[in-house]
Amino acid sequence: MEGFTTAAYIVAAVLFILSLGGLSGQESAKRAVWYGIVGMALAVFATLIGPGSGLWLLSLVLIAGGGAIGVVVAKRVQMTEMPQLVAAMHSLVGLAAVFVGFNAHFELGRVLKLDEAARHDLDGFAAALVRKLESVDAVALINILKVELFLGIFIGAITFTGSVIAFGKLAGSIDGKPKQLPGGHLLNAAAAIISLVCLVWYFNTGGFFPLFLMTLAALFIGYHLIMGIGGADMPVVVSMLNSYSGWAAAAIGFSLGNDLLIVTGALVGSSGAILSYIMCKAMNRHFVSVILGGFGGSGEPAMEVTGEQIAIDADGVASALEDADSVVIIPGYGLAVAQAQQSVAELTRRLRAKGKEVRFAIHPVAGRLPGHMNVLLAEAKVPYDIVLEMDEINEDFPETDVSIVIGSNDIVNPAAQDDPNSPIAGMPVLEVWKSKVVFVSKRGQGTGYSGIENPLFYKDNTRMFFGDAKKSLDDLLTRIN
Amino acid sequence: MRASENAKCGPAEAGLHPNERDGDVKIGSPREVFPGESRVAMTPDSAKQLQKLGYDCVIESGAGIAAGFSDALYAEAGVEVVNSAEELFASSDIIAKVRPPEESEIGLLSADKTLISFFYPASNEPLMEAAKQKGASVIAMDMVPRISRAQKMDALSSMANIAGYRAVIEAGNNFGRFFTGQVTAAGKVPPAKVLVVGAGVAGLAAIGTSTSLGAITYAFDVRPEVAEQIESMGAEFVYLEFDEEQTDGAATGGYAAPSSPEFREAQLAKFRELAPEVDIVITTALIPNRDAPVLWTKDMVEMMKPGSVIVDLAAERGGNCELTVKDEKIVTENGVTIVGYTDFPSRMAAQSSTLYATNIRHMMTDLTPEKDGKVNHNMEDDVIRGATITHEGAITFPPPPPKIQAIAAAKPKEPVKELTREEKLAIEREEFRKQTRSQAILIGVSAALLLLVGAYAPASFMQHFIVFVLAVFVGFQVIWNVAHSLHTPLMAVTNAISSIIIVGALMQIGSGSFLVILLASLSVFMAGINIFGGFLVTRRMLAMFQKS
Repeated sequence: MEGFTTAAYIVAAVLFILSLGGLSGQESAKRAVWYGIVGMALAVFATLIGPGSGLWLLSLVLIAGGGAIGVVVAKRVQMTEMPQLVAAMHSLVGLAAVFVGFNAHFELGRVLKLDEAARHDLDGFAAALVRKLESVDAVALINILKVELFLGIFIGAITFTGSVIAFGKLAGSIDGKPKQLPGGHLLNAAAAIISLVCLVWYFNTGGFFPLFLMTLAALFIGYHLIMGIGGADMPVVVSMLNSYSGWAAAAIGFSLGNDLLIVTGALVGSSGAILSYIMCKAMNRHFVSVILGGFGGSGEPAMEVTGEQIAIDADGVASALEDADSVVIIPGYGLAVAQAQQSVAELTRRLRAKGKEVRFAIHPVAGRLPGHMNVLLAEAKVPYDIVLEMDEINEDFPETDVSIVIGSNDIVNPAAQDDPNSPIAGMPVLEVWKSKVVFVSKRGQGTGYSGIENPLFYKDNTRMFFGDAKKSLDDLLTRIN
Repeated sequence: MRASENAKCGPAEAGLHPNERDGDVKIGSPREVFPGESRVAMTPDSAKQLQKLGYDCVIESGAGIAAGFSDALYAEAGVEVVNSAEELFASSDIIAKVRPPEESEIGLLSADKTLISFFYPASNEPLMEAAKQKGASVIAMDMVPRISRAQKMDALSSMANIAGYRAVIEAGNNFGRFFTGQVTAAGKVPPAKVLVVGAGVAGLAAIGTSTSLGAITYAFDVRPEVAEQIESMGAEFVYLEFDEEQTDGAATGGYAAPSSPEFREAQLAKFRELAPEVDIVITTALIPNRDAPVLWTKDMVEMMKPGSVIVDLAAERGGNCELTVKDEKIVTENGVTIVGYTDFPSRMAAQSSTLYATNIRHMMTDLTPEKDGKVNHNMEDDVIRGATITHEGAITFPPPPPKIQAIAAAKPKEPVKELTREEKLAIEREEFRKQTRSQAILIGVSAALLLLVGAYAPASFMQHFIVFVLAVFVGFQVIWNVAHSLHTPLMAVTNAISSIIIVGALMQIGSGSFLVILLASLSVFMAGINIFGGFLVTRRMLAMFQKS
């Protein structure tokens, strides 16, 4: 039976890799998700019938119960709420990692207490422990095991509280502004040092108390770290937590001696790490500076913006759209907040029906989750082949008649290119101001999340279309048939 | 949000039938009395828009005939047609016309009336004085400040645009050859060479027209910052080798300023060089409140080929060409035609009336912020203040400088050095070397670390460790290929598969200790939520992605 389980694990691991690899294209992705589902089913099935797993009826009931909740949530969730959902799911993985880590500790203690004969009657995880104890370098193996489960719990705990806070911020139940307790990052550093001390302590004594103390410290780090990060940096945070949940699983995999956990954890961990890297690159910021919060910048005063914002009403936008041949729409978080994706899709359909070229330009950090805008537009049935990435469309702006910026700000800020003193200097941005006319749909005259003045709004070819994005677009739709 | 609601309710409420609004404020346009003037300040289209603002419209019979708008068209648009200028002035509260008023027209004004027209107050002081005596408000369309908000009512630009277009057409009319080069069965025709001097609105319009007709177009301007605009229109900017710090156009409201004698000399030398080559010269150089600078001298005209054409758009102010005769077309002894007309916009009355009427309509929109058919002559408003020259019995000209600068000062640009092929190659090679070095270092360090771990850790740990390292590596390779648009589904699916931790919990759930069973059960439950939720939501998302 053990051979079968191992074989099943190998198949599952390969299926997971194929599942991720399939996401390279929209069509292959639809198939790829089934690889993941089959892989997971196979892994769970093999574990259930494999050596050492007891109480499988209870297990099945629990899986079914959890699954029912999962199905309901997945069916009900709005696409605008995806960032919250993803964060919530990360927290579950984090917490599970903490529990499994604790269990590994308890089992280790139980096995060590048993005598030689009783040990041979054990099965499951305990049996794996026994094998370790009986091997030639038992001391080294047990020490490594301690470090592994310690790490698993540490990362899992950070992931748990971090994800809960991220969920709160994304769902709006916690204020999105960066907030820290007095002491700031010193507190985080102190908690990290406590954890390190606990590691040494646990390594030497093997008691539960240092493990517990470290868990508290890690929970605090997760909470405090994410509290200090603002709403617009959430794409980085969520992908970082994604990465952590993977590393936690991998660390637990090491302590359980389970290669499937290690492989899957490593896949997820590297996936999240790459996403974080892409997001940071798109903001031209270092990962560390995002995580520690606050913007960089040279400290010199930013270039003064002169001129005035010119407002325009729906009639003006409609007539400009009538005359335009090519239109590019740049959606941002404001689109998601206003739930305007259906209106923008309807506008796109009508304009395309008139033979105009309509495309979408998506900045990598638009929205609160990597790829968030793509999902929203897909939900509203905007065909994905007119939704382009920044690098694909940036060169086309000079030939574009009308650009419509909906609820985005920093990602279209020309100061990133023109003003070396701007806090976002060097960040790659969508060069909308090169198109003939730019309409900016925006709630009011204020600056965006980052508080950075946007010279785009003052350009000669920019017209401000003030108002809630959905209302403005619906208003516009009544004027375009 | 509130602002948009306000803006929205305006036009919807103003859709009443004109007849139901007797006693409303009336806007009237008389027939232009200046000889040869064909334009009109109100078109049937603009009248409809004005009615939306809540005004009634009146027109003098026959005012639009020369521009192609018959009385019947006006009547159809709900405009009242009256028979004489006297009647029109008497019944209208606001009089919109094109040319500055004649003295007879000023006489028809009274204290409660507003006149909107071109006025040129700087050179028409007696007229302004007369208007003040009458107590009427006068808004001069030529005084609209050059700020972005006011572009829609900038009638000077509208007219200059038409003049620039018409100048090329007029030149073509007098030029015996094609603009565009052609290869025909009967032989090859070279393209015409056009030089446009002065790249203001008129100059740019001329450049656009000339390039779209297929001519090779050169353009010159004393303001170096317009080079980019010229090149974007498809013309070649004529650069001067001159080291003087040139005046920034931004300081003078976007207009050109007089240049130094040395600069002028350099400029004329350049023109002399070009004169024998070019077939058509269009000059548009004007400096505010001065005579037009003479840029195309007699000797340059003599150097030009017979059949060449010069169109002088500055003829009104004396002309940029030394030989220009105002309002006339002359042919020089060496066969060069010089066109000195000053009524280009009037020669395209239908187009220019449409644009001018739209400018007037925009001015009325700004004067009627509530869209209720009542004029709010707000002297705090930069645009209205700037254009108003008499108001409430006082002369308000010249206006104070506007609060906002016309255009942002252009920053001097560092020229980007063109790299030679060798330099480019060297840079590429250097980058390649750098990449190789950093990769080698990375691989070296990781290998050393691995070896270090291997030296101390037991063999069974190393087996797992190798799996881990390879998995990370595979992960990196695979994830880089994921489409950016699928990043959200990627996160959801990685979320689902990271619930593989369920396997660990399932292995522990059979343990003897109650606490372990409890924690493992909770883990299984949570992982269950995640597995089903994660995969399902991924499927839901992916199903949404549709190709067009």
